[in-house]
Amino acid sequence: MKCTVCRGPAVIDLRRHNANFCAEHFLTFCREQVAKAIRRHDMIAPGERVLVAVSGGKDSLALWDLLLELGYDAEGMTIGLGIGDYSDASSAASQAFADSRGLALRHVDLRDEFGYDIPTAAAVTRRVPCSSCGLSKRHLIDAAALDGGFDVVATGHNLDDEAAVLLGNVLHWQTEYLGRQMPVLPERDGFPRKVKPLVRLGERETAAYCVLRGIDYIVDECPMAAGNRHLRYKEALNSIEAVSPGTKHAFYFEFLDKAADRFQPEAAVAQDGLRPCASCGAPTPTEVCAFCRLVDRVSGAEPVPVELLRAGRGRGRNRARSRGARQATS
Amino acid sequence: MRVLLRNPRRELELAGPLTVTKLLGRLDLNRESVLVVRGDTLVPGDTVLDDDDVVEIRPVISGGSA
Ligand code: SF4
Ligand SMILES: [Zn+2]
Ligand SMILES: [Zn+2]
Repeated sequence: MKCTVCRGPAVIDLRRHNANFCAEHFLTFCREQVAKAIRRHDMIAPGERVLVAVSGGKDSLALWDLLLELGYDAEGMTIGLGIGDYSDASSAASQAFADSRGLALRHVDLRDEFGYDIPTAAAVTRRVPCSSCGLSKRHLIDAAALDGGFDVVATGHNLDDEAAVLLGNVLHWQTEYLGRQMPVLPERDGFPRKVKPLVRLGERETAAYCVLRGIDYIVDECPMAAGNRHLRYKEALNSIEAVSPGTKHAFYFEFLDKAADRFQPEAAVAQDGLRPCASCGAPTPTEVCAFCRLVDRVSGAEPVPVELLRAGRGRGRNRARSRGARQATS
Repeated sequence: MRVLLRNPRRELELAGPLTVTKLLGRLDLNRESVLVVRGDTLVPGDTVLDDDDVVEIRPVISGGSA
């Protein structure tokens, strides 16, 4: 197999693009795709400061690296979720990446600063872990961005993530989420702008980018993710992609071009009437925001080890309400 | 050849020569969901693997939704 650009030996074939690349030209391809996403969707203006949500996984480390490569002023931030070995490995991989490039990495630990961790929050609230996890991550990264004077928050959502969330939202006609499933959410009072510069790259590509750049990301999955709905949607889409390359890209980008606008009114209604949280000041439709209510409910609860939570899975507790899996990935 | 798999971690011993595409087919793996890593680089589908090759089949699907 030969590189489409230089005819040298290829290391990866991208059937969706009908192209094969050597390592050098694959890395160029990734940079171009990210630059194109940023440009097309007006994600980041020159000179703006970017806060990157970093987990130590392939997507967030590839994102941070790509933004730096493209010359953006990008700082990283991790959140200590307290999910056993996974969280330890996640912090270690993020820190190693930052150290290798002499970068500063911000860190907030849920247990140290708010008195809970994700397994405990999931057990106390009796919801899937991704629900309190997503809520905590969104809230804390927004707050850190505003405090630190950042213009924009960048997350590592890739094409597979967006296509899977879109499929879930369509299957359940979550019209409010459909209206917000954009690669850019503009800044509003109290919320920083949120961007997803990896939307033009699939996760096979972000993983390949890390391998070829020598980025040591955590390959093992968060133990809370096993078997969730989001994963099943990805597998379903990949089965279609295998026989019909380009399906995921068309599904997501044609949605943005032809349909996303139609759901804007629903999203706007849902965002009407926001006011500052009585406790932390973050914008919220209720008197006290969802994050402060979560902290109030779970802080100081008897810690639940991650193993115990996993043992309890499948017995009903985590099965029914996977709201976190359906939400807009914002 | 030695084939390392993840989730759960295990190792298989298979006889070469075998192309990467055939190897994935034999293991019933979707090529969209994995990368095949040899040393510090990737091997594409038409690469022929021999008896003394060691490759890792690395899943690329992440499950987090938030
Ligand atoms: S899989 Fe769920 S619980 Fe695990 S890090 Fe991702 S959002 Fe959090
Ligand atoms: Zn080339
Ligand atoms: Zn609050």
